[in-house]
Amino acid sequence: MKVAVFATCLVDTLTPQVGIATVRLLQRLGHEVVVPPGQSCCGQMHVNTGYRRDAVSIVANHVRAFAGSDVIVSPSGSCVASIHHQQAQVARRAGDTALAEAAQELAGRTYELSQFLVDVLGVTDVGASYPHRVTYHPTCHSLRLLRVGDRPLQLLRAVRGLDLVELPGAEQCCGFGGTFAVKNAETSTAMLTDKMAAVLSTHAEVCTAGDASCLLHIGGGLTRLTSGTRTVHLAEILASTDGARTATQVTQPAVLA
Amino acid sequence: MTAVHLGMPTLPTAPRGVGHLRGTRSFPDEARDSLRNGQLRANLGHATTTIRGKRAGVVAELPDWEQLRQAGAALKRATMARLDDHLEELERQVTARGGTVHWARDANEANEIVVRLAREAGAREVVKVKSMATQEIGLNEALEAAGIDAFETDLAELIVQLGEDKPSHILVPAIHKNRSEVREIFARTMPDVDPDLTDDPRQLAMAARAHLRERFLRATFAVSGANFAVAETGTLSVVESEGNGRMCLTLPDTLVTVMGIEKLVPTWRDLEVFLQLLPRSSTGERMNPYTSTWAGVTPGDGPQDFHLVLLDNGRTAVLADEVGREALNCIRCSACLNVCPVYERAGGHAYGSVYPGPIGAILSPQLTGVEDNASLPYASSLCGACYDVCPVAIDIPSILVHLRAEHVEAQTHPTAESTAFAALARVMSRPRLWRAAQRAAGLGRFLSRGKPVLPRLPGPAAGWTRSRDLPTPPAETFQQWWAKENGGGRS
Repeated sequence: MKVAVFATCLVDTLTPQVGIATVRLLQRLGHEVVVPPGQSCCGQMHVNTGYRRDAVSIVANHVRAFAGSDVIVSPSGSCVASIHHQQAQVARRAGDTALAEAAQELAGRTYELSQFLVDVLGVTDVGASYPHRVTYHPTCHSLRLLRVGDRPLQLLRAVRGLDLVELPGAEQCCGFGGTFAVKNAETSTAMLTDKMAAVLSTHAEVCTAGDASCLLHIGGGLTRLTSGTRTVHLAEILASTDGARTATQVTQPAVLA
Repeated sequence: MTAVHLGMPTLPTAPRGVGHLRGTRSFPDEARDSLRNGQLRANLGHATTTIRGKRAGVVAELPDWEQLRQAGAALKRATMARLDDHLEELERQVTARGGTVHWARDANEANEIVVRLAREAGAREVVKVKSMATQEIGLNEALEAAGIDAFETDLAELIVQLGEDKPSHILVPAIHKNRSEVREIFARTMPDVDPDLTDDPRQLAMAARAHLRERFLRATFAVSGANFAVAETGTLSVVESEGNGRMCLTLPDTLVTVMGIEKLVPTWRDLEVFLQLLPRSSTGERMNPYTSTWAGVTPGDGPQDFHLVLLDNGRTAVLADEVGREALNCIRCSACLNVCPVYERAGGHAYGSVYPGPIGAILSPQLTGVEDNASLPYASSLCGACYDVCPVAIDIPSILVHLRAEHVEAQTHPTAESTAFAALARVMSRPRLWRAAQRAAGLGRFLSRGKPVLPRLPGPAAGWTRSRDLPTPPAETFQQWWAKENGGGRS
């Protein structure tokens, strides 16, 4: 299958390793991967901050960039949810019916990574190996907008060597919320603190999730605390094999009593 | 707003200077203080966790919960589409059964009506059933200004009133107080209280009972809210747990019910759906202990003089907003408060309005006009937990986002933020500019001098870097890597 990857603006700019892992994983599963060069952002940050008019041109760019793609996969529950739930609505409100229809149609071809693997490809064992103690945070938009359910957990359970530990209070928001983290920085931090306490209580080496944005938030808090637990995107774990580890994945499993 | 574009007059919002829909400070400022109140955090964390669990348990018992929820949403939508007709039907039915209907455009009119009725009845004091609408309009203050004492009879409202506090939750107004704090308030403020009163819940309840019983027996005038009004029969309904409401609704000679116009359901049968949805969502009970219904006046039984005050106070303006109007479907169960991670930490007072939590964040700004409560639509991480538990499926996150846009679009001058977002949109919609901007962002790594994280940043970014690190931008973006891998990047 020819699969176009939408990296998202955040992954593209700040955490390219997540995009690289997505490409490697899909290629390993035997698919032809393309990265349409016109891509930038889905427009979610503008919409959710109140700039839905400014978002129209971003949506138009996104639709242009992926016009020729049959299947689009993205390593972000939040951005895919925005593509599914917001893009057409934003265009329609601005009176651009043609763009709304194109966005709607594009949304039908756009999948979040774990949904694509489990629902479209029908695989749960992607042949990955990741000998670490890992806990999974189900990000809010994956959970409640895309309803990815336990698909990421199915994928993680099939990873060789991976010790999956349940995260207490997993379904509570980490407090990121886009510009919420800045506009309501203290409430956001209070939520983050409780999320970090839950993560640390699992004694996991790695906290994973399907959204680089939430991981940036949780990870930013964990490194500020000089915690030994780090954040790694689901795509990076699934891309890992015995032979191929990225630079951020070189630690050996901790020995736990 | 659409109404403005059509050249129609803007519909009136809730007036300033009366009632409790506006705070004095923004949500972030209020939250800054409440987040540091460890006692409050502990009380709220404990209480919301308990109610959340109870609700989840009783909702899971019903195999048709989702259908019930959709039925509730559909009934509300249909009702709102013909609200004017239903309200006139309600007026006819209440009048036909011996009640008197008053129409109050806003808080001031509603307060004037109730004060006038109390004066006409010669009442020096009134007993009150817990009512959000009368909190919204500041009725107690209006009565007090007229020399009339108002006594709250709901246990939690009593605690709030005796403690000279403000309610912080729709269903449990004193949720921010624990039982030892309640004991302290009772011991300090109840005249004849047992000096050995402990914080045992039963002892506290008995103290409140003794305190209230005397007031019920001497009361001649009561004020209530309403959970529902049935248009076809002119029936009002109050659901409660304590029985204090039943006392207010039956013992006094005069009963005045103040009700927001959106509380109406067209037919008696509609109650079937809502009386299943409400208790399970609010208190986590299968059925609430007391459901009172009454229509007009029944000779020789209960109050002989009944008045219904229909309150608008901005509701018609909300109804005119195609997206925001869903907020009027709320049945005040407070399930959204109990699951909200923001409410649980910042507490109800941070919202500055009698309607706190997610529903308050979409209702208050619409009732007052979004500029008077501009920080509330942003008081959410958009996690969506509120939508999942809402018994009438109000899409609260989408309305929050809509109101943020209403606020942004109401600005007549560009702000620093709007300028930045407009510039960013221009860049993000032009791939070549976007790649240039990414390269510029990559230069940020020089700020970190070889460290994996950036130093603390100034300006709006400071809100982030005060408590979290930002990684140093990588030397190469994902698209640069791809282009290198694939010799020129064209696929």
